[in-house]
Amino acid sequence: MRGIIAAAAGLAITYSGVVGAAAQGNPVQDKPVADKLKVGFIYVGPIGDYGWTYQHEVGRRALESAYKGQIEASYLENVNEGPDAERAIEQLVRTGHKLVFTTSFGFMDATAKVAKKYPNVFFEHATGYKRDKNLATYSGRFYEGRYILGQIAAKMSKKGVIGYIGSYPIPEVVSGINAMVLGAQSVRPDMKIKIIWANSWYDPAKEADVAKALADQGADIIAQHTDSPAAIQMAEARGIYAFGQDSDMVKFGPKAQLTAIINNWAPYYVERVKLVREGKWVTGDVWGGLSSDLVQMAPYTNMPDDVKKLAMDTEAAIKSGKLHPFKCPVVAQDGTTVDCKGGQNLADEQILGMNFFVKGIDDRVPGK
Amino acid sequence: MGFVEAVLLTIVTAATPLLLAAAGELVAERAGVLNLGLEGMMIMGAACGFAGAYATGSIMVGALCGIAAGAVLAAVFAALTLGLAANQVATGLALTIFGIGLAGVVGSPFVGERIVAAPHLSVPLLGDLPLIGGVVFGADAFVYLSVALVAGIAWFLARTRAGLVLRAIGENPTAAHALGLPVRRIRTLAVLFGGACAGLAGAYLPLAYTPFWVSGMTAGRGWIALALVVFASWRAGWLMLGAYLFGAITILQLHAQGAGVGIPPQLMTALPYLATVVVLVVVSRARGRDRRAQPQSLGLAFVPER
Repeated sequence: MRGIIAAAAGLAITYSGVVGAAAQGNPVQDKPVADKLKVGFIYVGPIGDYGWTYQHEVGRRALESAYKGQIEASYLENVNEGPDAERAIEQLVRTGHKLVFTTSFGFMDATAKVAKKYPNVFFEHATGYKRDKNLATYSGRFYEGRYILGQIAAKMSKKGVIGYIGSYPIPEVVSGINAMVLGAQSVRPDMKIKIIWANSWYDPAKEADVAKALADQGADIIAQHTDSPAAIQMAEARGIYAFGQDSDMVKFGPKAQLTAIINNWAPYYVERVKLVREGKWVTGDVWGGLSSDLVQMAPYTNMPDDVKKLAMDTEAAIKSGKLHPFKCPVVAQDGTTVDCKGGQNLADEQILGMNFFVKGIDDRVPGK
Repeated sequence: MGFVEAVLLTIVTAATPLLLAAAGELVAERAGVLNLGLEGMMIMGAACGFAGAYATGSIMVGALCGIAAGAVLAAVFAALTLGLAANQVATGLALTIFGIGLAGVVGSPFVGERIVAAPHLSVPLLGDLPLIGGVVFGADAFVYLSVALVAGIAWFLARTRAGLVLRAIGENPTAAHALGLPVRRIRTLAVLFGGACAGLAGAYLPLAYTPFWVSGMTAGRGWIALALVVFASWRAGWLMLGAYLFGAITILQLHAQGAGVGIPPQLMTALPYLATVVVLVVVSRARGRDRRAQPQSLGLAFVPER
């Protein structure tokens, strides 16, 4: 099917100089190549959050410099999830944007709705699961990075307790916690984790409060699934270790940051724009990890050489596919072994829908 | 520092920005002006406060920049609502939206930069007192300032002639005007004071709490401060109670989560709001006489007849 669309797209270029495919109701672009391609981004937060949205913005800027003068990449920031998003997406479409990236899970329904309405525009939704002929999805396998964090934490912690700042108990966060614990246990089986939910993606002062509470309760390594550098900075002040989130936050904790999981969207965005420009864009789902550079690790700092080596070896093993954080058997908190639907490892949909903690975590998944 | 001291200090830190912002708003509201632009003034205070401290390396300069930013925004509000008698609710909401946007612009060069946080007081011996030593003698300057500010406001409103005048204007500007009191001048001063406090409250976040600037870092604290003023029945003492209660439950629920108390975290997160509202309502009901606590002319435009 993909081949057919691509071929049709190629023909369309040959015959009419138009990018896109007209066959069988497939997405069509009616603008000639000579026109500047307009690419739009919808952000859930401010570009100044130094976290999730900031990294998408880094990707957008990379796009602009990769296609200097050939495309226009605009964005709308601080867009509320829900009905507001629909209006914002439509606004981009009406102002001539032919490729629109919506960069938060909560934009899923709005994106799907607008995509139905405008079959000639290509949409890409980050971290969602609803797809259409002209709506693709993309996300990062951040759990791969978290497995490495777990190993480092197990080596570096004196007290044997990781403090984890949770945002919301959704599968992405739960799988991240599990991956970290599995990583830690692979090095030190008795490693403990303490989880406090901030119930927010982004509230710097509150993130700092959670980090302080975790430290006060005995955690000496802080990991976070919230978006600001508040926790790193707190760890620096307290003289303990922490991991950066979304971007390299070493500036905020030169002595505290061990490494950070970096969301590197730029290569993906450049690739997708290239496809649209060549008329080869097709829908699909890209879930990139360390191997595709969509997830990157910040330099390993503040640790002895043997820990650094362990981390780098693990990173290489995950990249090459030799190691999978959710290698079967995975034992759930209640002692039952999880069905292994992906052969040797848990299947992707099991990770995407993860709603249980693994063995070794004392806290419960909220609402379970 | 022991566990209890550390927790108490965190509570005080969490309550201070709320207390500072709410104290200023309380004065403005007692003069009869409802300024819903608190969040906007706070975030501008945060952005300008960080900018000032980053440029000069001085927390003091940062704090003054924050105060100035809040006051400037408040001056815009005063010009519209007091000068032109615009609707206070609409103008205040617009001010919040404006402030958040403008702060993003002002702060954009500073994303990813950091400063050294405001130092904490260090008193030998006294600071080592068990339990309270760390809080009473080991907090940052803003904390002491906020307490002094609330005490000062309580004294000013209840014990001074100027405070009486301000309250009279808030209750009945027409009568006050007939007595020859400068209604609009005093309201303007009250609004400017409120803005300055909000600016300082905002500046507290990047100067002492989390020493960096990111957009939207006030995260709705202005709205909480607004609510505190109402539920404290426009009284400075109860405001302090409310702010510290809110801070305490916010922090304690985090510790309860960490300790593995089996209450869903979603409910825990709602607890500070619930508890503060309930306690303050019960307290003000128990006092009985505060049925008419709200300044009678709150939110109403006043145009003097010439």
